[in-house]
Amino acid sequence: MAEKPLLVAKIRNGTIIDHIPAGRALSILRLMGITGKEGFTVAIVMNVESRKLGRKDIIKVEGLELRPEDTDKIALLAPMATINVVKDYAVVEKRKAVPPKIVEGFLRCKNPNCITNQKNEPVKPRFITASYDPLKLVCDYCSLALTFDDIARQLESRP
Amino acid sequence: MLRGRDIISVNDLSRHDFEEIFRMADEILEAPDRWSSILRSKIMATAFFEPSTRTRLSFQTAMLRLGGEVIDLGEVEKSSIAKGENLSDTIRMLDSYADVIVIRHRLEGAAKLAAEIAEKPVINAGDGSRNHPTQAMIDLYTIRRLHGRIDGLTIGVLGDLKYGRATNSFIAALTRFRIGKLYLISPPQLRVRDDTRELLVEAGIEFREVERLEEVVEDLDVLYASRIQKERFPDPSEYEMVRGSYVITGESLRGAKKNLVILHPLPRVDEISFEVDSTPYAKYFEQAALGVPVRMALLKLILVG
Ligand SMILES: [Zn+2]
Repeated sequence: MAEKPLLVAKIRNGTIIDHIPAGRALSILRLMGITGKEGFTVAIVMNVESRKLGRKDIIKVEGLELRPEDTDKIALLAPMATINVVKDYAVVEKRKAVPPKIVEGFLRCKNPNCITNQKNEPVKPRFITASYDPLKLVCDYCSLALTFDDIARQLESRP
Repeated sequence: MLRGRDIISVNDLSRHDFEEIFRMADEILEAPDRWSSILRSKIMATAFFEPSTRTRLSFQTAMLRLGGEVIDLGEVEKSSIAKGENLSDTIRMLDSYADVIVIRHRLEGAAKLAAEIAEKPVINAGDGSRNHPTQAMIDLYTIRRLHGRIDGLTIGVLGDLKYGRATNSFIAALTRFRIGKLYLISPPQLRVRDDTRELLVEAGIEFREVERLEEVVEDLDVLYASRIQKERFPDPSEYEMVRGSYVITGESLRGAKKNLVILHPLPRVDEISFEVDSTPYAKYFEQAALGVPVRMALLKLILVG
């Protein structure tokens, strides 16, 4: 199987994002702002067998340290993901991508009558996490809920 | 403690807050003159981005009766808003003039945004389709005055339970009390939203959704009526079909308890027929009149504690 060498391909310093739901790796890279032109060495493994998820994706990025806001976005799209921080070939930190309690700024409310959808008001959309499994965010201004599908659709359709 | 607080949604209010307002309103009704200068030198700004003469006059009367002053944004069509000034900048201006800001707006979350911008307390006089907290205070206060209690009562809410901001606020406010039973009476298209249902379950309120008033009228201690708007129906013929079933008439009240209290946030169009006005059940004019003492109580508690 070609799967094994891919999985063990080691990085020296950087980040491994594991347990990404199958097919989401490219969207997550895009959310992190990685286009391939930054010079990072990036390995993407897609649709491999996983005991937890059935199939999963994995991303390895040499030389990258995640910012907290990146972790938040990853958590929204891949709430099961594990983030491994690698230093000198060893995993020095392992954390779960947990959706933040408050999500501010990068998702939009679905409600056209919501004040956050008015172009001339200086207001950032803000959502409160009402449920983690299944993921559900509630607009802090109009209480309309975003489901996981709404969130995924919004994050994946970003240019 | 309500001093200095924003009043944006019923969800921010505890039972204790409601009771504090009710006690204050009792005191005001007992001796109105005692309070006629308690807010001297205080200024209330009213900013009604959506017109509502009743609510605006009720707030303004309340402030004047407490010895305070009132400034008003005026008709939005004629003010700078029409020239493209946004809500945020308008609120900032009012914040620098007034001690408390009362806002009404068509959009969901407008009052919350205003409260985030203003240093001074903001009172939501109705925004979007969910929040009208001072109306809920008045509704509950009226029930408490007429029945002597809220706990244990069987209450019916009739009409637009989906988009009606008064019905939504009323139902949310009921979750702060231990009422006996709640009947939600509406056409299928205008049933309460899922999150309202969740709220009721969470609060442990026994409720039933029915389509016809006649099914439950004999049980009711309170009937809260509201308007069903034509615009809520994609198909006008659908509206014509349901509207008749939600008009309260002498006939539809047959078998009602002697002390049934009918409330309505007013204005009404044709959802309560005039013949009901002369029955002992009709308490909506009394309810409207209680708007002033309840808002006086709220303004007093917010501004001077
Ligand atoms: Zn919203």
